[in-house]
Amino acid sequence: MSDITRDDVAHLARLARLAVSDAELDMFSGQIDAIVDTVSRVGEIPDDVPPTAQVVPQTNVLRPDTEEPCLRRDVALAEAPAAEEGRFRVPRILGEEL
Amino acid sequence: MSDTQRSGAGAASGSELISLDAAELARRIHAREVSSVDVTRAHLERIEAVDGPAESGVHAFLHLDAEGALAAAEAADRAIADGAPASPLAGVPVALKDNLTTTDMPTTAASRILEGWRPPYDATVVARLRAAGLVPLGKTNLDEFAMGSSTENSAFGPSRNPWDLTRIPGGSGGGSSSAVAAGESPLALGSDTGGSIRQPGAVTGTVGVKPTYGTVSRYGLIAFSSSLDQIGPCARSVLDAALLHEVIGGQDANDQTSVSAPLPPVVEAAQAGARGDLSGVRIGIVTEFSGEGYQPGVLGAFTDAVRTLGELGAEVVEVSCPSFTYALPAYYLIAPSEASSNLARFDAMRYGLRVGDDGEHAADEVMSLTREAGFGAEVKRRIMIGTHALSAGSYDALYGKAQKARTLIVRDFTAAFETCDVLISPTTPTTAFPIGERADDPLAMYLADLCTIPSNLAGNAALSVPCGLSADDGLPVGLQIMAPALADDRAYRVAAAYEVARGPGAGPRIPELRALETTR
Repeated sequence: MSDITRDDVAHLARLARLAVSDAELDMFSGQIDAIVDTVSRVGEIPDDVPPTAQVVPQTNVLRPDTEEPCLRRDVALAEAPAAEEGRFRVPRILGEEL
Repeated sequence: MSDTQRSGAGAASGSELISLDAAELARRIHAREVSSVDVTRAHLERIEAVDGPAESGVHAFLHLDAEGALAAAEAADRAIADGAPASPLAGVPVALKDNLTTTDMPTTAASRILEGWRPPYDATVVARLRAAGLVPLGKTNLDEFAMGSSTENSAFGPSRNPWDLTRIPGGSGGGSSSAVAAGESPLALGSDTGGSIRQPGAVTGTVGVKPTYGTVSRYGLIAFSSSLDQIGPCARSVLDAALLHEVIGGQDANDQTSVSAPLPPVVEAAQAGARGDLSGVRIGIVTEFSGEGYQPGVLGAFTDAVRTLGELGAEVVEVSCPSFTYALPAYYLIAPSEASSNLARFDAMRYGLRVGDDGEHAADEVMSLTREAGFGAEVKRRIMIGTHALSAGSYDALYGKAQKARTLIVRDFTAAFETCDVLISPTTPTTAFPIGERADDPLAMYLADLCTIPSNLAGNAALSVPCGLSADDGLPVGLQIMAPALADDRAYRVAAAYEVARGPGAGPRIPELRALETTR
């Protein structure tokens, strides 16, 4: 097997900002271990094969550097979970007590 | 008496309208033999009759906009009366996969994290449909964020296959495929990252096309795996798919991966193919897509299709693409890796769900609680697999090697297309499987996309056309036709020729909704 442990999955969940439950950790750790084990077959491919990241034969597609209308503030805020004074209201980002 | 029978008896023309191809509907609407409003109403009545309840009906739709659809139909009728239809498909209804943004309907990607979200802009393909006078009926169900092969990963419950309501309609675009197969809409849009248009088409007896990557704008498609995602048409005939393809295709300044090459002449190709002559066309059977894991009934229908293609004058040969055996593992590294990045945007700050904002939790805790509550199990699995594949210790062995696999797959296609005009295979190894059968076994579910994934990794065009019913279970089988990048027209030509030769009866039709009748 790929040796992905329950602790590894807990670490991945933290990195991915997923507050998974203990029951989920039990389920996911077995499944993810089996999936990673299967997909690890790509390891057979020789190192000297060049990678392909995408298949469109064009690079650095840029539009002319001119002003264009953008999303209006009221439209951008219309679906915000919380808004205040024309801005997104977000929870505190530092660890201090309120 | 059931609702279906009541509406069928009361409006015979309505039941005829829902069985017609889009091209024929357009002809009648434009000749003013029938109005777009009547056609739209017939489809809304069909949806009313068979789509619900969510627990036992087809459940193709997550959101229906009857009022908006009738208004669009009236506008199309007015334009036609003025002698100025917006396009050859003006007035024809269409269903939209619910990962395409719409300003006038919620867009959820079948996820709790976006439940009720109203996007601030239309996807380019949606804007093009509106400009072409088509009539959007509503938003169709999918596996959450298009991750799955059955629609069982939808947060709002699965769609059901109109051929057998106990079976899956494919995925992720099972809402679009089941809507088209059940006569709820003549046309639909899907998105295909690893087979999400073609596999649902195969298992519901409908046509599904993944255009060449970059030829249909992804602007407004909620991103799953950006280097693989491609929007395409779902229909009941090859010509209908081509007509819809032509409306949505072409370069878009809002999509940086949109290519400047002209759209291949897909409608002309479908019309030329329908004349039934494939002499001079060289077709390669991909030998890797047979054997263990393929149902005898699927291989039998495929073998019959190969014989038919030969009778049409095509030269059919076998080709080997040995690297295709790496496609599935490479896909399940690349797609989750890109998804783990793309889905980072669901951070509970700007739109969508927010959980735990009670003054006690800091922003990163609110993010974690929201994502935990808002994402389903498959989405979480893929995000974590992608996070693992991209992590410093695993990147070279997993993500890096998957990109090398992609190179080998592109090379295999290039070599095969040097000797063949198109390649063929079964679209899926099996017919529609029972709902629940693979729900707890992600690896078994992943095998549904075995034959469709290579064309996403290489970016070339591929479609699925119905090729009869399996002798094992009487369920639809799909023939996959793959063409080189920017040669989508080749696949359409071969598919249209095959469709005519196959003849009616074995092809797309409106199946009886037997299971639904008995539950009512």
